[in-house]
Amino acid sequence: MSKRLLSLCSLVIVFAVVVGSFAPTARAQDDLSGSLEIFSWWAGSEGPALEALIALYNEQHPGVEVINATVAGGSGVNARAVLKTRMEGGEPPDSFQVHAGQELIGTWVAADRMEDLTFLFEEQGWFEVFPEGLIDLLSTDEGIWSVPVNIHRSNVLWYNPAKLEEWGVEVPATWDDFLAVCPTLQDAGVTPLVVGEAWTVNHLWESVALGVLGAEGWNGIWTGETDLEGEEFLAVWDTFGKVLECSNFGEDNEGLPWDKATDRIADGTAAFNVMGDWAAGYMTTTLKLVPGEGFGYAPAPGTDGVFMMLSDSFGLPVDAPNRDAAIAWLTLLGSKEGQDAFNPLKGSIPARTDGDVTNPELYNTYLQSAAADWAVDTIVGSLVHGAAANENFAGNFSSVVDLFTTSGAPEAAAAEFIALCESSGACGG
Amino acid sequence: MYNRKDKAIAFLMISPSLILLAIFVYFFIGQTAWYSVSDWGIDPATALKKGVEKNYVGLDNYHTLISSASDYEFRLAFISTFYFTIFFLGSCLILGFFLAFLLDQRIKGEGIFRTIFLFPMSLSFVVTGTIWNWLLKPNGGLNILPNKLFGSDPLEYKWLNSDTTLFKFEWLQGGNLFYLGIALFAFALFTYVAQKRSLSWFWVVVAGLVLWLISAAGFWSKIWLPIDDPVRDIGTYQGYGYSAALTGIVIAATWQMAGYVMALFLAGIRGISEELREAARVDGCAEWQVYTHIILPQLRPIALSAIIILGHISLKIFDLVYAMTGIDNKYVKVPGILMIKGFRSNEWARSSAVAMVMLFAISLVIIPYLWTNLRTEKQS
Repeated sequence: MSKRLLSLCSLVIVFAVVVGSFAPTARAQDDLSGSLEIFSWWAGSEGPALEALIALYNEQHPGVEVINATVAGGSGVNARAVLKTRMEGGEPPDSFQVHAGQELIGTWVAADRMEDLTFLFEEQGWFEVFPEGLIDLLSTDEGIWSVPVNIHRSNVLWYNPAKLEEWGVEVPATWDDFLAVCPTLQDAGVTPLVVGEAWTVNHLWESVALGVLGAEGWNGIWTGETDLEGEEFLAVWDTFGKVLECSNFGEDNEGLPWDKATDRIADGTAAFNVMGDWAAGYMTTTLKLVPGEGFGYAPAPGTDGVFMMLSDSFGLPVDAPNRDAAIAWLTLLGSKEGQDAFNPLKGSIPARTDGDVTNPELYNTYLQSAAADWAVDTIVGSLVHGAAANENFAGNFSSVVDLFTTSGAPEAAAAEFIALCESSGACGG
Repeated sequence: MYNRKDKAIAFLMISPSLILLAIFVYFFIGQTAWYSVSDWGIDPATALKKGVEKNYVGLDNYHTLISSASDYEFRLAFISTFYFTIFFLGSCLILGFFLAFLLDQRIKGEGIFRTIFLFPMSLSFVVTGTIWNWLLKPNGGLNILPNKLFGSDPLEYKWLNSDTTLFKFEWLQGGNLFYLGIALFAFALFTYVAQKRSLSWFWVVVAGLVLWLISAAGFWSKIWLPIDDPVRDIGTYQGYGYSAALTGIVIAATWQMAGYVMALFLAGIRGISEELREAARVDGCAEWQVYTHIILPQLRPIALSAIIILGHISLKIFDLVYAMTGIDNKYVKVPGILMIKGFRSNEWARSSAVAMVMLFAISLVIIPYLWTNLRTEKQS
């Protein structure tokens, strides 16, 4: 860089700083100023939803400069590692994305790193608009710890209606129904159920467990009330094993991303897939399929009337450098306006029950039906997506599944499950 | 000789890098070593607490890795690394030498071939991993190659999905091999030193006796512990051994590094004077005997360097495996991957222990090498 260019640059910078420092006073709509750093893993296809929120925030608080710190990587694997080093290094962002529930509570609340947000919930009247089951997942005895932005459903069974008709197969209502149609589909040369890489197998497990145990039994795992040595829990593993035998597990599932697994539903090489409802977003946006026609959906077998949820939420770390700006951010996230701006773009439903979910311009057929279920169903938290169990348990859970798929022994898997419960302290008691 | 002032200046000149090295390498190794004998993250609730108290727990974390049924991943990783190193080194050396041998035939366009073979070296392991991940897909790449070329049936080999375990052994049995390996290694090292320093055979015998006594006292069986709860141990069902899914990774790694070994060997071969070969031929050597009797023995130091370089790459392999199989592949585990998993589940002490085991394994390769290097430099 030549000297002249350099001095020109610095002049521009000085000018920008001077103008910038006067700007807020010139058009002050509120007295918030400074900056706000938002830490999330919403890059790529999820980026626009976050940007819509930021645009809204800029409108309301023009004096605040928003720093959008994203770390790419599905489900936040990389972002969480970066966040940990930052927090450990005493450099917290002003607000960060975290899966609602134990991923937040077991890691950050347990470490006394979060601020209680009960005051904000009271101030904004959020106790009335968020379902009780959800608030329970966000709370401990000491307080409420994050503001949920969106809701995804984990226990959804996806299929291709035209193909099912061709094969003469009904959508199974229970896992036994599924196992009954399995041979028919295999004879037709179709994979009855498609799974992908390790986490999607774990994802399937939680739907099977919920289907076998029911909502109460599922919640009982995490409170210590379900007998993990009992017949019923062994039956979970037994069913899971049979279901996997009806799938492509062990054939080509390793290294198969979830969206490539979904592709097989669309092209008819596989009949069913259990995946979270981001699959609906993928099929409508990327594959251009019409919900209900191009692809069908039902609650995973045996889980009708239960909504296994996961939610992205934002919390307020202790010692956040710009606390006031962060609280304004959280207020926006919890508002009806904010949730209806974000969710249609993200392909999820608002956590609030009073969202504009019947508006077909915002929410497609699938999301409307999910929102209807959200309002009436029993709500339970997902294990794989951070709601039901702490990070230690969730991070090591795939070794339990590996042990089961290698040994085929439900007893061994249950014993390992109990051992992990004890070492992680995730299962109550 | 240098005078004092020269020495002072020299010291000043290198001190910045010395200080940086001391902080950013050795201090952090020390830090990791300390975490590995602490209980940081054993209780997940306090893993990220500000100013959490870290208590000294001795070798507990290492014992857990070796003997706890739940930590079978570490054992799989440890054994995978061992087999990976053997197969990767073997295939690289053989292929590398073979390529060097072919290029040594003074063929036309040697420069082009040399570049082609060396080219994969210029890629990063992540790129190699991604490409080979595509090639080894069960329904793509190599498997459909015969179909595309000759119209025959596509192959069905599962590559990275392969669940076969070969060369199995029981965990404790593996322990016996481990002690034997360590004992032989120590003995060989000592014999080598004894030779160099012309110590008498008396000392060699003494060293052997001491090693034998250590083994007899059951010292090693305190390191290689039996599994505490076999029902929950994956080895009970599939056995510990070479996971066939590693084959794909060996292929990818060999593809990348064989050209480098070739370049090393070729330089070595070219360094051997033509007169020596001529003399051998005059003395009645067949052409293959020229290689076995003249060239190969002369290449020994080069082979050693290649083994050291490839060995330390393979012991700390992470990026290639990460790009090819991701973190959660059921069949492919290496210690580097386990460390990342530790970040996910906040198990800092355990991750540090895994890191220290890796460091130890690598130092077994590197330290003797550095040491002999330093000695030869001093002598010359």
